Parts: sequence; C-alpha cells; structure tokens
Amino acid sequence: MFWFTLRRLVSVVAMVFLITATTFALFYASPIDPARYTCGKNCTPTILEGNRKALGYDKPVLVQYTNFIGGLFVGRDFPDNDELKAQHPEQIVHCPAPCLGYSPSQHRTINEMVGEAWPISLSIALGAFILWMVVGVGGGIVAALNKGKWQDRTIVGSALVGFSLPTFFVGLVLLTFPAIKWGLVPIPNYVPFGTSPVKWAQNLILPWITLAFFFAASYVRLTRAYMIETMSEDYIRTANAKGVAKWAVIFRHGLRAVLTPIVTAAGLDLGGLLGGAIITESVFSMHGLGYLAVHSVTTMDLPTIVALVMIVSTFIVLANMVVDIAYGFIDPRVKLS
Amino acid sequence: MSPFLRVNNLKVHFPTDDGVVRAVDGLTFDLEKGKTLGIVGESGSGKSVTSLAIMGLHRGSRAKLSGEVLLDDQDLLEISDEELRGLRGRKMAMIFQDPLSAMHPYYTIGQQLTEAIQVHEKVAKKVARTKVIDMLGRVGIPNPNKRIDQYPHEFSGGMRQRAMIAMALINDPELLIADEPTTALDVTVQAQILDLMRDLQSEFGSAIIMITHDLGVVAEIADDVLVMYGGKCIEYAEVDSAFHQPDHPYTWGLLTSMPRLDRLKQDRLLPIAGNPPSLINLPPGCAFHPRCAFREFAPCACDEIVPDLLESYPKHDSRCHIPVAKRADLFANVIAPRL
Repeated sequence: MFWFTLRRLVSVVAMVFLITATTFALFYASPIDPARYTCGKNCTPTILEGNRKALGYDKPVLVQYTNFIGGLFVGRDFPDNDELKAQHPEQIVHCPAPCLGYSPSQHRTINEMVGEAWPISLSIALGAFILWMVVGVGGGIVAALNKGKWQDRTIVGSALVGFSLPTFFVGLVLLTFPAIKWGLVPIPNYVPFGTSPVKWAQNLILPWITLAFFFAASYVRLTRAYMIETMSEDYIRTANAKGVAKWAVIFRHGLRAVLTPIVTAAGLDLGGLLGGAIITESVFSMHGLGYLAVHSVTTMDLPTIVALVMIVSTFIVLANMVVDIAYGFIDPRVKLS
Repeated sequence: MSPFLRVNNLKVHFPTDDGVVRAVDGLTFDLEKGKTLGIVGESGSGKSVTSLAIMGLHRGSRAKLSGEVLLDDQDLLEISDEELRGLRGRKMAMIFQDPLSAMHPYYTIGQQLTEAIQVHEKVAKKVARTKVIDMLGRVGIPNPNKRIDQYPHEFSGGMRQRAMIAMALINDPELLIADEPTTALDVTVQAQILDLMRDLQSEFGSAIIMITHDLGVVAEIADDVLVMYGGKCIEYAEVDSAFHQPDHPYTWGLLTSMPRLDRLKQDRLLPIAGNPPSLINLPPGCAFHPRCAFREFAPCACDEIVPDLLESYPKHDSRCHIPVAKRADLFANVIAPRL
C-alpha cells in the first residue's frame, strides 16, 4: 500500500514534468512572439526588446524551462534579468516557491492570480459534484429498479436532454429566467464561504445546477446500466434467498457492487473540474481557473497558460492515482502492489 | 395429515415476444421431513425453475405462476412478500450451483453468513460470529476462526461450496433446496459434500430437494426420484424402484448414456438422439416422442396425444403410451443388458 502510493507519486511527478515540458515546447514552436503581446499599440523596437529581456524571453528555451522548474522549488524574482534587477531594485517582484511565474498582462505573479481563482473553482466543483452525485446516482437507481416503466422512461429521457443541451445554453437560460427575470436567486457574484456561507451558496446555486445538469445525465446512465446488470447477478438472488429485506438487497448488495465504476468516473470528473469549469465560469462571470484560462489565452499570456496547464494536469493525474488507491479499499479482490 | 411440502400442479410460464415458455407445466410431488427428493433432467427441463418457484424467487420477474406450493399447509404462492422473506433463509434455504457467482465478491464469508443470521434473529454480532465459526467448522472448513474473515475469492471451489452450504444451514432450515450443489466440483470433493449433506440431514432432520442431472448423485442421496422432461414430470418413483425398474424410455436413455467403469471399453456410450425440446415450441403429444427409440410399441399416436402420468407399479408413476408390460419387457431384454 505504502510502496504502491510512493511509486504512483513518483510517476505523477514525472508525468507533470513531461506535460510542462511539452507545453513549453509547443509554446516556443509556435510562430507567435510572446513579447509582442506585452507591448500595446505604440510598440517601438526598444520597448519590445526591453520587455523581452524583462520577461526572460531572450534566453534559450532550455534555460527558461530550467528557471521555471527552479522557481517551483525555490521561488524566483522578476524581472528575469540580472541587469534590469540591478538597474531598478525597487521594481523587483518576489515570487515565493512554488513559483508558477509572472503574468505580463496582469503585472503580478501567477500565484496571486491562482490564489484568488482557485477557491471559486473549488466551490463550483464541489457543490456541483455533490448535487450531480445525489441526483445522478439516485436517478440511476430509481430508473434501474423500475426498468421499462414510466419512471425509467422519464429519468432516462431527462438524462438524454441533460446530456444533449450544451452547458452554455443551460447556463444562459438559468441566468436569464430564475436570476434576471424572476429574481428568485441573486445574479451570481462570488461571495467567499468565510464571509457568508448562505450567500456563498445562493450565488453559486446556478453554476452548480448548470454543471450538475450535464454530469448528472451521464451518471444516471452509468448507474442505471451497472445497477441493472448487478441486480441480475447470482449473488443478488442469494441475498433474496437468505431473506434479506428488499431495501438492503438494493443498497447493501446491489449498490455496493456498482460503487467501483461510479467512484472511477466520479474521481476523474471531479479531478478534471477542479482545474476550472471553463464554460460555466464564463457564462456566470465567475473568475475561477477556467475563466482565467480563457482570459490568458485571449491575451496570449503564455506564462499563465503554462502554469494553468500544469495545475489542471496535476489534478487529473492525481485524481487517477486516488481512484486507483480507492480500488484497493472498495474491491477486496484488488491488491495494491 | 398433509405432507410437509406439497407441490400441486405447479406451473411456471414466461410470456415472451415469441410465445409462452412453459418452463414448468403441471408438476406435483410431496416431500416429508428427513427425506430427500432428487429432481433429475437435462438442462432446460425446468428443474431450477421449479426450485426458484418454491423459494418465491420468481417474484418481480415476468414469470406467471399457478398451482399450489404448500409448506406446512401454507401456500407460498399466496403469501405476501414480507412473509416470504421471513421464511426464506430460515424455514427454507437454498444452495446454489456456482458458489463463486452466488456469493457477494465484496463481503467476507463471515459478513455474508452473519447477515443470514441477523436478518431473522436479533442477536449480537459476537454471538452470531461464534455461531458462524461453529457452522463453518461443522461443514468441514479447517481453521474456521481464521477463514471467516476471508473473501469468497480466497476460498477454493470445494471450500466455497461448503461455505455456501453453511450459509444455507445456518438457521437450521426445515427445507433445503440444493440446485446442482456438486456440479462445479471435483468428484472427490463431490463425495465429501454429499456425505456432509447426508450427515447434516440426519442431524437436523430437514427435507432436501436435490436438483441434479447426475444420476449417480441421486442414487447416492435420494429417497425419491422425479425425472423431468420439457417442464413435465415423466417418472416419479422411490429410488430403488427407479433404478431397478425404470419405466420411461427417457430414463432408460439417461441410464445408458452414463459412463461406467465395469462396462467393456469397446462398448460405446448410448447417447439420447436429438436435442432437448424448445420450451416455447414443445413437440405435440409426448414431448419426448421425436427422440424416443421405442415409439413404434405405442398403441396410439405419440405425436398427437399427451400421455398422462399414471401409476405403473405401487408408488411408481410414469408418463408413457407404451403398455406397462411391454415396457417391463423392453427394459429387461433391450436396456438392462446394456447397463
């Protein structure tokens, strides 16, 4: 168990480095000059070169990558040029470890930006996750137990609708009607949980529903399919033959066996969402990681893009690891070694 | 006094898009406590469907049941789901064919057996656990206090079947239904399991229904034999009578297709020609007539009239158009020399 986790952690770290290296490589293979985007309309060659030096884009790619990785462990100081640091010591910005870089478009460290955006993404992801697990798994069980009846048809039909409607459409409908026209809920504007848990939830309810609507649909289908399969297993018949009560057969024997695929899907989906829900955050103007990613792409803020790719990929790789370890606890037939 | 278990004209029909599957079509038998009934037949003859019907395990499926299943004069087809759940596992229990798929892969043997106790009795976990360890020991599982915490996949096939038997016996059921309990096992283990069941029967005095396609198992353990074909009983007799004076061409077929050590090597086995009938489209008349080698001896058309189940000898019923005397003659002169 311990060695399994350690080995997986090592491969997680290796994977994340590989991803950052690839992102870096792609970034410099592109014909875009990152320095050009840092110097507005009245760009002179002097300003351009100055910016290039300040951001360290004049150095070879390998050096830049090493600096980036070094920053993750020991922190960095910007501007990324000794000459400039000596000339204007008052302008030096310190970025403590793990330093993700410096955003030329926002003029601050990416750590600060991520620090502000991450609680928003986390709030959206966790709330939506709970909502879709309850609705999706619950709906799937009800549908499976009433296979072929009207309950099943209704649930599966709604799931198809939920699956087919694009998130931006559901988000806009929710924003327009309950929030703007009917005034049932405030127009979403993030309030930290620490400030007021009630307002936090009120403002997040629409993004939660938007995301959960989509995800719940696939969990309904997943749970229903596995539940139907499991309820026809021999061991369910054995449980019935033992005289176990109906609800206990469904939950203790049926759902217990369906847990493995559900946990797998849930872990991976949550891992992906922790890196930000791009469309939902954009529709509701929630400045989370997803919103930040869109913003940094439109402004060609390359250091931010690299940092975000790294964060998102880390979440996904970690989620994979957690799911694998969870198997060892859920399924006694799986040995972690 | 009425018998402990009386199955009267039991029918289990499954309506499907292609027609009605008559899996069990009018089955009648009695069983007393302390006795064992062997139900024999090929795959698809309706043996397992019968056992599931007695346990009420067809409820919630599309099966249509009729007739009577009287256990201590209580009709199991009429009682409520709740009453039935109270009987299952306590008054009547079932041993399934494949213990690997019949046991929950995610719970330990101990958890599954303890559950079987606690469903019916409010007892402390510790008390139940002691009882489980005791029962595992009695069915011949070594180191029961260690093995109780293992999962089904950590047991060997024979041990798993013992655990399955322990689970069925844990509440001292009065009726035990064993659906091919030894089919998936080695012959050596098979013999041990049969011995075990016999010992436990003499200890608890339960009634056993042994479902099998293995005539050897029946000869070993049963008091009465019921041979099924195409969802119907075609021969029903006490075990001695059934083996010494089998009275139906299908039963003869089963006997002659069984390998025996004392038979000469050059004598080939005699399989029954053809395939078991489709239960949707049973042949008209006697369901066995397309495969029957002796239909020429019948005085009437086997492919038109369904024969009745009639008493040929005392306590020995069979369902065949051929006259009893002719059948006795055929068995003595044609079949017996081949056995």
